[in-house]
Amino acid sequence: MSEESRRIRKISAHAGPVPGTGTVREETVAKLIDVTTCIGCRACEIACQEWNDLPFADTVFQNDLQTMPDTAWNVWTLIKMNEVEREDGTLQWLLRKQNCMHCADPGCLAACPAEGAIVQYENGIVDFDHDKCIGCQYCTIGCPFNVPKFNPATKKVFKCSLCSDRVEHGLQPACIKSCPTGCLQFGAKEEMLHVAHKRAEQLREHFGYENAGVYDPPGVGGTGVIYVLHDVTRPEQYGRLPKDPRIPTAVGLWKGPLNWLGSLAIVGGLIGMLAHFFLFGPKPDPSGEEGHGTEKSK
Amino acid sequence: MIRIRWRKLDPEHVSRYTFHERAVHLIVAVTCVYLVLSGLALHTPYLFWMSSVLGGPASMRLFHPVLGLFYFVFLVYMWWMWRRDLRFNRADRGWMQKMEAYITNHDDDLPPIDRWNAGQKIFFWMMMVSGIGLVASGSVLWFPEYVPWNLQWIKFLAIILHAACAFISIGGLMIHLYMGIFLVKGGFRQIITGEVTRCWANHHHRLWFERVTKERADG
Repeated sequence: MSEESRRIRKISAHAGPVPGTGTVREETVAKLIDVTTCIGCRACEIACQEWNDLPFADTVFQNDLQTMPDTAWNVWTLIKMNEVEREDGTLQWLLRKQNCMHCADPGCLAACPAEGAIVQYENGIVDFDHDKCIGCQYCTIGCPFNVPKFNPATKKVFKCSLCSDRVEHGLQPACIKSCPTGCLQFGAKEEMLHVAHKRAEQLREHFGYENAGVYDPPGVGGTGVIYVLHDVTRPEQYGRLPKDPRIPTAVGLWKGPLNWLGSLAIVGGLIGMLAHFFLFGPKPDPSGEEGHGTEKSK
Repeated sequence: MIRIRWRKLDPEHVSRYTFHERAVHLIVAVTCVYLVLSGLALHTPYLFWMSSVLGGPASMRLFHPVLGLFYFVFLVYMWWMWRRDLRFNRADRGWMQKMEAYITNHDDDLPPIDRWNAGQKIFFWMMMVSGIGLVASGSVLWFPEYVPWNLQWIKFLAIILHAACAFISIGGLMIHLYMGIFLVKGGFRQIITGEVTRCWANHHHRLWFERVTKERADG
């Protein structure tokens, strides 16, 4: 990252200690989505499509405010609008910006068979390299959030890159830049967590949301996108946000023990056949001894 | 007009595989080897380099399921073609009990058998059963974009089943190749030329040899 190159080691003609030397900046970045201040304006959706040069997707009318049911290969972020009935019978609007969560332990990366097609940068961003993507869509099986989406025309899978191309140059992701309410914030993960917990505390103490909290699921090692939710105990009501997301057991089994067992069996089989050949050799050729088989068995 | 003079059957030889049978076997064999190699390239990063030999990673992903379908269709056709000889019969039971003699190359102790021994039939049915599993799971993995999110378990089942069945097939294929090329002398030659010596036929597949020589004598 370019900001690294501006880190100060020495200053000319400076009296006293050099400010900031020896400090290591928090490298892991995070996007904070405070759903409690989201107004559903969808500026982030537009900014995302503009910056990433994605063709617009058709909207689907579903008799509510939801523009389309889900993200798509060309819709990397989507505001999920959920009407939820409270216990007292009143309605509550729960808006959530859905996008790639940039897991510390990414299921897509674990499932991908193509070398270098999915990378996780030192700052925590999980990115797809489309030149190396083979279109097998195994990432869609590994992801617990239903994020990667397939483009059948190019046979490549797409998802939010957390604007890695902008972050690389010290800029905020496009969605953050466009957010009018400050619901979206971007920075070092540590700082974002601090802000998020502060906000959750505020919601609990001053707004009566007893279960307000921060969504940073430990099952995937924490995420590069964290949410502040009114009710962190029920994330499902924010449009199928999983309660305890993990890399699916089947994927773990498939890429772990089953994979090694299979490789071992193949190598073992090869060694076994070689051993058999050395121990017993090829079957004797009957052509030299005419009628050899007939005599013996009768 | 060019008159083609076809190769004549040596009087010392018996025809074991017709051109038609060898052609079907060749299609299944070539597609199977491609499927195994491309599958292994995706199975482990240590073999991913093979994808560049097999048409490039993205093309390989396109070829694999298409050839897989080809393979399975011809495998089923192969069963239809050889369905009479692939049935297990009484001779196989005796052979199975004496399998040790076959493995340790004491072939003279084995009871006479028909066109194929029980091991060859087991091999075919291994490939057929795992082939069904591979096609079923493979069709899910070919078009996973059509599986809705709430049926994600189908994809989980598919990846496990595909890997498990692939290993059964690979195991079977490895033994088949080893035996056909290295263990049984003249094994590779006969699937190319379709001919075996009378002596070889009598030694390895006496019931079949007697049957075909009798048929020929009768006809």
